[in-house]
Amino acid sequence: MPKDSNVGASPKRREDIRFLTGRGKYTDDIQIAGQAHAVFVRSQVAHGAIRSIDTSAAKDMPGVLAIFTGADFADVGGNPAGWLINSRDGTPMKEPKRPVLAHGKVRHVGDAYAAVIAETADQARDAAEAIVADIEELPAVVNMAQALSGSTYVHDEIGTNQCFDWGWIEDNRAATDAAIKGAAHVTTLDLVNNRLVPNAMEPRASTGDYDPGTGEYTLHTTSQNPHLTRLLIAAFVLGIPENKLRVIAPDVGGGFGSKIYHYGEEALVLAAARRLGRPVRWTASRSESFLTDAHGRDHVTRIELATDKDGHFLAFRTETMANVGAYLSNFATVTPTFLHGTLMAGNYTVPHVYVNVKAVFTNTAPVDAYRGAGRPEATFSLERVIDKCARELGIDPIELRRRNFVKPDQYPFTSAAGLQYDSGNYDALMDKLEELADRNGFAARRSASEAKGLLRGFGVNSYIEACGIAPSNLVGILGARVGLYDAATVRVNATGSLAVMVGAHSHGQGHETVFPQIVADMLGIDPASIEIVHGDTARIPFGMGTYGSRSLAVCGSAVVRATEKIIAKGKKIAAHMLEAAEGDIEFAEGRFGVAGTDKGVSFGEVAFKAYVPHNFPHEALEPGLEETAFYDPANFTYPSGAYACEVEVDPETGKVTIDRFVAVDDFGNVMNPMVVTGQVHGGLGQGIGQALLENTTYDANGQLITASYMDYAMPRADDLPFYTVDHSCVTPCTHNPLGVKGCGEAGAIGSPPTIVNAVIDALQSGGKPVTHIDMPLSPARVWAAMNA
Amino acid sequence: MYAFEIERPTTIAAAAAALAHDGAQALGGGQTLIPSLKQRLASPEKLVSLTAIPEMRGVCLSDAGEVCIGGATAHATVAAEAAAHFPALAALASHIGDPAVRNRGTIGGSLANNDPSACYPAAVLGTGATIITNSRSIAADDYFDGMFSTALTEGEIITEVRFPVPQRANYQKFVQPASRFALVGVFVAQYAGGVRVAVTGASEGGVFRWAEAEAALSASFSAAALEGLSVPAEGMIGDLHGTPEYRAHLVKVMTKRAVAAA
Repeated sequence: MPKDSNVGASPKRREDIRFLTGRGKYTDDIQIAGQAHAVFVRSQVAHGAIRSIDTSAAKDMPGVLAIFTGADFADVGGNPAGWLINSRDGTPMKEPKRPVLAHGKVRHVGDAYAAVIAETADQARDAAEAIVADIEELPAVVNMAQALSGSTYVHDEIGTNQCFDWGWIEDNRAATDAAIKGAAHVTTLDLVNNRLVPNAMEPRASTGDYDPGTGEYTLHTTSQNPHLTRLLIAAFVLGIPENKLRVIAPDVGGGFGSKIYHYGEEALVLAAARRLGRPVRWTASRSESFLTDAHGRDHVTRIELATDKDGHFLAFRTETMANVGAYLSNFATVTPTFLHGTLMAGNYTVPHVYVNVKAVFTNTAPVDAYRGAGRPEATFSLERVIDKCARELGIDPIELRRRNFVKPDQYPFTSAAGLQYDSGNYDALMDKLEELADRNGFAARRSASEAKGLLRGFGVNSYIEACGIAPSNLVGILGARVGLYDAATVRVNATGSLAVMVGAHSHGQGHETVFPQIVADMLGIDPASIEIVHGDTARIPFGMGTYGSRSLAVCGSAVVRATEKIIAKGKKIAAHMLEAAEGDIEFAEGRFGVAGTDKGVSFGEVAFKAYVPHNFPHEALEPGLEETAFYDPANFTYPSGAYACEVEVDPETGKVTIDRFVAVDDFGNVMNPMVVTGQVHGGLGQGIGQALLENTTYDANGQLITASYMDYAMPRADDLPFYTVDHSCVTPCTHNPLGVKGCGEAGAIGSPPTIVNAVIDALQSGGKPVTHIDMPLSPARVWAAMNA
Repeated sequence: MYAFEIERPTTIAAAAAALAHDGAQALGGGQTLIPSLKQRLASPEKLVSLTAIPEMRGVCLSDAGEVCIGGATAHATVAAEAAAHFPALAALASHIGDPAVRNRGTIGGSLANNDPSACYPAAVLGTGATIITNSRSIAADDYFDGMFSTALTEGEIITEVRFPVPQRANYQKFVQPASRFALVGVFVAQYAGGVRVAVTGASEGGVFRWAEAEAALSASFSAAALEGLSVPAEGMIGDLHGTPEYRAHLVKVMTKRAVAAA
């Protein structure tokens, strides 16, 4: 058994002391003397031509220091897309400029076209209201199909609303078509993956500062990856020398993807700070968050599954329209393509897969990665059509999946969608699921529900996803404009305590607890002596931040590599101290010893000697004990899982209640089971929110109807069941040193189809011929489907 | 929020005098008004808080056996203090909003605002309660005048609400998933003289009485008595959370459940 604090144990999260006692330090908590306040003037219309902006009245109002409009940024760069996608015909995607402030046109409700800086936020708001903009409203492009067929363009300069038309894998298209044409059975399903507002508890906030004495800029901001933000601002948007820009992302209250990206507000506060020579701060209101945070999902898909007469999968073919909104957010183009299409073989040995994705500009907020990012869309499409197929063929849904699973002896397995799965055991997951879900007891529970006048359904799902997106040399070929490694520096202090500087950013994930467990295990020391440093470009090595469930698999691996270097360096020092050959030094349990003897020195003694090197041989042995490692994975990691849920549906009202939910996941090796369980719980909450509650609706004019919690339904505690979570089925990742796969998004990926499958099962048990309902399965929608 | 002045009078007379000024606006618990102010959707020059007036706070029983609730009484107080005498009303109050809303929001504020999805209007209309103001008494049937509209005149203050206690009663709320206001809420109350049924959340005309159901239940107080009745979809609210047909359907479902639970 692990000790209380080692890898495999569940020490409580050290960061929770400050979070739960109100001592977290978020961007808005950081007050800088002399600060001024920015307020943005945002478009009330979805699409409009800016004829003029009159700031004359506003600039003379009390406290006003400066007013910016799009014209002030016309000559600087735009916020770029991070991934180039080529269309099927080989042409590159359309990349219209995304300016700091809208210029010429506004393209969605909430698009900022001016900003006021004033002594107080209220003064800035007053002045913002006094700005008179003559904006000629244009027809709004909202519906994706109409966007593709119409002649009103979100970006006139590209002459189309189609960003790209991507085929994956284009060379497989003909074979897939042929397989479907010749199949004994084809199941077709049209579905919508509903658009979501991220709703991080902490709204976005940014404070820009400029020191004329040094020429250095500092940006405090709500970011999941401060180095990426610095790079984008420096290299693309404002041209600030990277060495003169420090980006600090302090405690961040949730991101779920929405804080990966660079936003114009960050550039604005920096430019304003430069002009005024004062710090300039901005914190989004909740309304601004709804209108301007990058939204998630929003796919419209037709999927076909071809099988033989026994239910063996022959081909999946999908056609998807993916909404990218009004501008390309940084990873808007990779999310519906390589994070979606490559997963369209699922856990299955299906020989043919073809995925077509058309990305569409609309007059709506930008859409980008949101917890799961492409994999929830893939899993939902696959697992819904498989469920429908099972009903059509009269095959038990678990049996149908098992019949097509990749088997344990087939790894490494190259899927028909082009990925090489390194490890997994989907039957073992399903075995565990059937046990924990007590499928044998379902009939009795259904009878009990029926006695209460309720319909009970059982839904199942199996998923595979891809985390720790890498390696850099592969993704570069596929169009990535960034590397996808991560980095860690391990600094041993003279007294033997440690600071570990990591590129990953923790905004709820528990890095500050789990990374020390790993290092402490390797060094045989107390985790309490290890401090994790993250979120400040001036203090950490260049890392790529946190997204895609990558922190442990990628940054954790860098931590391991850097710690290995510490041990190697420690051996050199110990060899010198013990007057032994370096090759004879063994390190175990926090002690460097000479093999075959009882001679040895402790880790602490070596650390002290490293910094008090009074007798080190000059130039042969370097002082200090600090090492950095960059880790670039050899492959994605492939978490997988099997989920089941039971719902009760009230046939009189359409209300769905989740009664039982079992999540069985293979995350590879588990470092801290409690933290992993917490991550799964969070993902399930968001997946259940998508399945039952969350709905982002724009009207035909491009107005966001669900722009507050009065109409946007977030999951609350009483919407969620008590979960059964298991991660005991372990097939370690074969290519990273910890054997870990990533757990942050699984719950949000695996749960939506599980729930919809269960509701369909419930309705059919009640004699309702319902085969699909689009999410969210609100009472009104379920009732309407039952009574159609 | 725009700048405004605030007064906290301690008597009804002082409150009425303060509200007589142009640009003055009464403030109950602020559960609707404060968010409106924060979004700059309202800009009163002066707020007159009604929650510091002792005679407008609390729950008591009148000599006639009515449950009397001061206009500035918080929902949580009603939930606690009306439970012994009028459990259906206490239960309704205990399910409004969340604890913060229930500790701040007041019955007078709710009734003066008359949100078409609020709970209290169903109880007031479903019991035939009397609204007492600083100048008169208004019968429930004369008080509600469509969405966000009431018989109150400018500056008039709800000082008390008097509920005749029914033989039995129940309120069933089917919540709108986001706001958790009533998508449809039905209050059913049986008196010696007959049954009253009031519906909130459903109609474009605001809270209303379902006359056919009242007649059927007055003849036979049972869910079965409602078989064969239906509410027309016409005039029901249609929005993101439910069509008029759905709301009309829910009115009957919730009425049956209220009868069964009463």
